[in-house]
Amino acid sequence: MFLINCPYCGERDQSEFSCGGEAHIIRPKQPTELSDDQWAEYLFMRKNIKGVQFERWNHAHGCRKWFNMVRDTKNDKIHAVYKMGEKPPVE
Amino acid sequence: MKNKYSIFSLIKNAFSQHENWKQAWGDPEPKREYEAIIIGGGGHGLATAYYLAKKHNMRNIAVLEKGWIGGGNTGRNTTIIRSNYLWDASAGLYDHALKIWENLSQELNYNIMFSQRGVMNLAHNLQDVRDLKRRTHANRLNGIDAVWLNTNQVKEFCPIINTSPDIRYPILGGTLQRRAGTARHDAVAWGYARGADEMGVDIIQNCEVKGIKRNGDQVEGVETSKGFIKTNKIGVVAAGHSSVIANMAGLKLPLESKPLQALVSEPVKPIIDTVVMSNAVHAYVSQSDKGELVIGAGTDAYVSYTQRGSHDVVEGTLKAILELYPIFSRMKMLRQWGGIVDICPDASPIISKTNIKGLYFNCGWGTGGFKATPGSGDLFAHTIANDEPHKLNAAFNLNRFVSGDLVDEHGAAAVAH
Repeated sequence: MFLINCPYCGERDQSEFSCGGEAHIIRPKQPTELSDDQWAEYLFMRKNIKGVQFERWNHAHGCRKWFNMVRDTKNDKIHAVYKMGEKPPVE
Repeated sequence: MKNKYSIFSLIKNAFSQHENWKQAWGDPEPKREYEAIIIGGGGHGLATAYYLAKKHNMRNIAVLEKGWIGGGNTGRNTTIIRSNYLWDASAGLYDHALKIWENLSQELNYNIMFSQRGVMNLAHNLQDVRDLKRRTHANRLNGIDAVWLNTNQVKEFCPIINTSPDIRYPILGGTLQRRAGTARHDAVAWGYARGADEMGVDIIQNCEVKGIKRNGDQVEGVETSKGFIKTNKIGVVAAGHSSVIANMAGLKLPLESKPLQALVSEPVKPIIDTVVMSNAVHAYVSQSDKGELVIGAGTDAYVSYTQRGSHDVVEGTLKAILELYPIFSRMKMLRQWGGIVDICPDASPIISKTNIKGLYFNCGWGTGGFKATPGSGDLFAHTIANDEPHKLNAAFNLNRFVSGDLVDEHGAAAVAH
């Protein structure tokens, strides 16, 4: 349980948000060209990092906008929040 | 068995104030080399070692545990055991485990307090009714006991449930698996540890794996906090930390690790003599032998390794519990905790070889691994010893995420994942 600083609404309780999982997984431009292995990699394989992780969040019970977040999964501390399309901060 | 537990050993030790019981398992220093190494000393890991030694005659093996045995999810779950899964592959897997549970205390000469008190799953809407009825039929075709109960029969089986039609999610019926129940989770780890130790397995606690050494596509050993240990077979049973270990070997797994919460109340007199689960409102409850209500909540919706979990998840579960059991409204909750569960996209486990020779994974048990402990250990031992899966775990291979042949138990199993 933690507070999230929505880039559009400001600081709100985490229960207002839903997590969209690992960020910066790029949808393949030519899905028909992919092998089964590449599809599996895109669809299912996740870094699932213990430590600093980049992830997508949605302010589901607020402005309903998506944004990115850098969070340490060891202690749930949030290092940075940035809008979709912005460059991820270098850790 | 060298130190068989019995009524006679109990009486004998009573004369010396129970001060001369022998240690149930040793505390060895790691050898330089093992035939196989199991990473993770929880129930599944210890069971794997036990069956490797017992059924496959591999005695020169070690279980490495970074903390103490049974200190992870083995000691954090709500101890529910059942096998009423929808799909054939899952039914085979979980009922294999349930059949071992039924004789496990005798086999291990260790009282794991297995209690077949039944597990009842409630239906709260028409779709639930259809799904659960379908599941009872599927179960019976697979030789698993299951019956459908109407609302009155639910009330009769568990009288404290509120079956009023006026509540937000009224009870329209439920299913019952009478062979299902609970067991004492710590005892399972301790019983397997004692059994494995007696056959010569080294159980090495406070020994954290720091790296996996590979030569090309063959494993050569593990780097640990107690030095390098050589082996060419590694079985990883690290639950929530499976991805961390996989990362050491340069592998990526289809897992997300999330906190799953449970809580217990103050102890009260016997009030509920079965396990009641509800898929739709996500609340389940049973009563421990000490009298505490054991309540399972849901997972957080984000990756975390904190072993805590969010307050809103507990709040949601307790709201549902209070509506179903108004009698609990003034009870106090004593403890709350979280365990890190590794969840697969299809909510089914992975018991599998990998594309690295000698590296095996048993993971992805998600929110329901405890019930499978003996079966999981047995099948994983078979997979490691023969370098081939048993027919019961063949469907639970890692390659299913590439082939698309998923075992999709999401929502199809008896409880929401």
